[in-house]
Amino acid sequence: MRVIVLGATSAIAEATARLYANEGAELLLVGRQSARLDAMADDLRLRGAARVETAIRDFVDCGDTEAAFAGFVAALGGVDHALLAYGVLGDQNAAQRDPAMARESLDVNFISAACWALVAADALEQQGRGSLIVLGSVAGDRGRRGNFVYGAAKAGLATLVEGIAHRFANSGPRAVIVKLGPVVTPMTEGFANRKGLLWATPELVAAIVRHSADRGGPVVYAPWFWGWVMLVIRMLPARLFNRLDI
Amino acid sequence: MTRFWPSDDLLSWGRVLRARHAIARPQWRDELPALVAEGTEAGRKLLAIGLRRSYGDSGLNPDGAVIDMVGLDRAIGFDPRTRLLRAEAGVSLDAVLRLLVPRGFFLPVTPGTRFVTLGGAVANDVHGKNHHRAGTLGRWVRRLGLVRSDGKAVEFGPDDTSGLFAATIGGLGLTGIIAWVEIEVMPIASAMMEVETVPFGTLDEFFPLAAESEAAFDYTVAWVDCLAKGGALGRGVFSRGRHAATGPLMVGKARRGPSLPVDLPGLALNALTVRAFNEVYHRTARRKAGRATVSYEPFFYPLDAIGGWNRMYGRRGLYQYQSVVPPAAARDATKAMLEAISASGEGSFLAVLKTFGDRPSPGMLSFPRPGTTLALDFANRGASTLGLMDRLDAIVREAGGRLYPAKDGRIPAEMFRAGYPDWPDFARHVDPGFSSHFWRRVACA
Repeated sequence: MRVIVLGATSAIAEATARLYANEGAELLLVGRQSARLDAMADDLRLRGAARVETAIRDFVDCGDTEAAFAGFVAALGGVDHALLAYGVLGDQNAAQRDPAMARESLDVNFISAACWALVAADALEQQGRGSLIVLGSVAGDRGRRGNFVYGAAKAGLATLVEGIAHRFANSGPRAVIVKLGPVVTPMTEGFANRKGLLWATPELVAAIVRHSADRGGPVVYAPWFWGWVMLVIRMLPARLFNRLDI
Repeated sequence: MTRFWPSDDLLSWGRVLRARHAIARPQWRDELPALVAEGTEAGRKLLAIGLRRSYGDSGLNPDGAVIDMVGLDRAIGFDPRTRLLRAEAGVSLDAVLRLLVPRGFFLPVTPGTRFVTLGGAVANDVHGKNHHRAGTLGRWVRRLGLVRSDGKAVEFGPDDTSGLFAATIGGLGLTGIIAWVEIEVMPIASAMMEVETVPFGTLDEFFPLAAESEAAFDYTVAWVDCLAKGGALGRGVFSRGRHAATGPLMVGKARRGPSLPVDLPGLALNALTVRAFNEVYHRTARRKAGRATVSYEPFFYPLDAIGGWNRMYGRRGLYQYQSVVPPAAARDATKAMLEAISASGEGSFLAVLKTFGDRPSPGMLSFPRPGTTLALDFANRGASTLGLMDRLDAIVREAGGRLYPAKDGRIPAEMFRAGYPDWPDFARHVDPGFSSHFWRRVACA
């Protein structure tokens, strides 16, 4: 099993990488900060990974993604799973007033993620097998005043991955968008109360991400109940939805 | 932007003190210097916290800042030839065992729960059932990294001559943030334990049984029924074990067993239920007495099978009282304590008795010393519980003993100072940016 992790130092990516390490997988960790990638690599080796490589890349840089991804595949000697796990939540209040900030959120969460998802999809299609797993968000299912810039990017990304899955249909590779509810990670640091049933741990969602790489999809909710919650929320008439403070 | 967020629900394992903290949750070692700087700015005091198994207030820093270290939970390196394991301070002993056991190694010393962090275990210089053979965990620390409030990251080992290493081992996190630790681990042939269970009828039977067991077994501990009176005073169950020479090298499932989701009502634990529990425990042990081979988990960590067992004590929480008294006074002092508890009816159903060996503890504030240690849990019933512990204090002091800071939430300052005469030396190594509720209580009062 050879796994490329884009955005490896995110908490959910690391929790998922630990599951792969337990299985004795070979991993390539890609991110911006080499000291952190190295710290993670040392740990994953001791947790049982057969091999861990690291590569530095700022994903917002969408130039030459094809060659870069080919380089990642070559570094591992092949790829079975590609996990796209980076994103920024950003500050909605700032983003809706400052177009530059809104653009930054859209650049990272949609433009960049779409570029890398597309080159990964090409690579998987060419070899005729493998899984692309992309982390999305329930925020993309219906625009809310609290986070609709981020949500819009994640909605676009979900549509893109669904499209890739459709393109893959009846052929070897798979594509899955895992839509996450709120997770206790550095990304949500500072949220008032990160307890209760609606908040998941990185370990819990990592198990779902790992599972969805093998079966299910193309849309997976993590945890599962968000599928039903978001179904209801999408069905709410605007008159009712607008009165809710969510 | 601040990395410290307000929190009202930070509790220690005893759950008695409820206070406000500013809390930061780093994920990476490179975040520590900036967090230490922010946590200590404008005179604010800082403390590292982990899995919060300390019972009292040594892991609390009300109105100050805390850095939750559990996000720093990575192994850094392990060499089976030198047996040196280096890991980030927030890694749990459970995770360490998952790494070690399949490779044929084990912690040189382990406390009664594996859900503590490595950094916390060093900061409390924990001991285990093999104290008579291995001493404290601090004896096995070969190197550690500390981030101080002056912005310096330092590392040192037992060869340190400045005193900072001896202050940091068992130093309750007061000498700076322990960022990583390197320990020497020990080889095992199997994850299984050969265990013998021996019931004893009185306290006087305990001491010869302990002496005989320590000569032949790596691990010894006893449970005592502290509600038994008169002729049955000090009855209990002795447990002794060693690593099996053969058997699989496997760890249990990661998933924990049942856990207590809510606080039980304060009345759930009363003299009657504790007496009933103790009776059943004692009878079961008598029936099952003898030899068995069990996995390391039930032998070392029986309480880890029930997540959040501390909630059994209700919303008011619990106190733990762990003392050690020197060998010469051990029998009389232990007997006097059991009599005082039995007479009070304040039932403790987790009463643990063990003799410590003479391996010196390396820390200036390390708790273990030669003698007999008794650990007791008391539901917090306010004045009557505090009164009983005051009576126990008098017995311990008279015997020349001392209490374990990791367990303590109420020790009078003079009792602490009498038990740890080296504390002024230790205080010189305390980082001026660091403090805890415990430290302010015993040293700054």
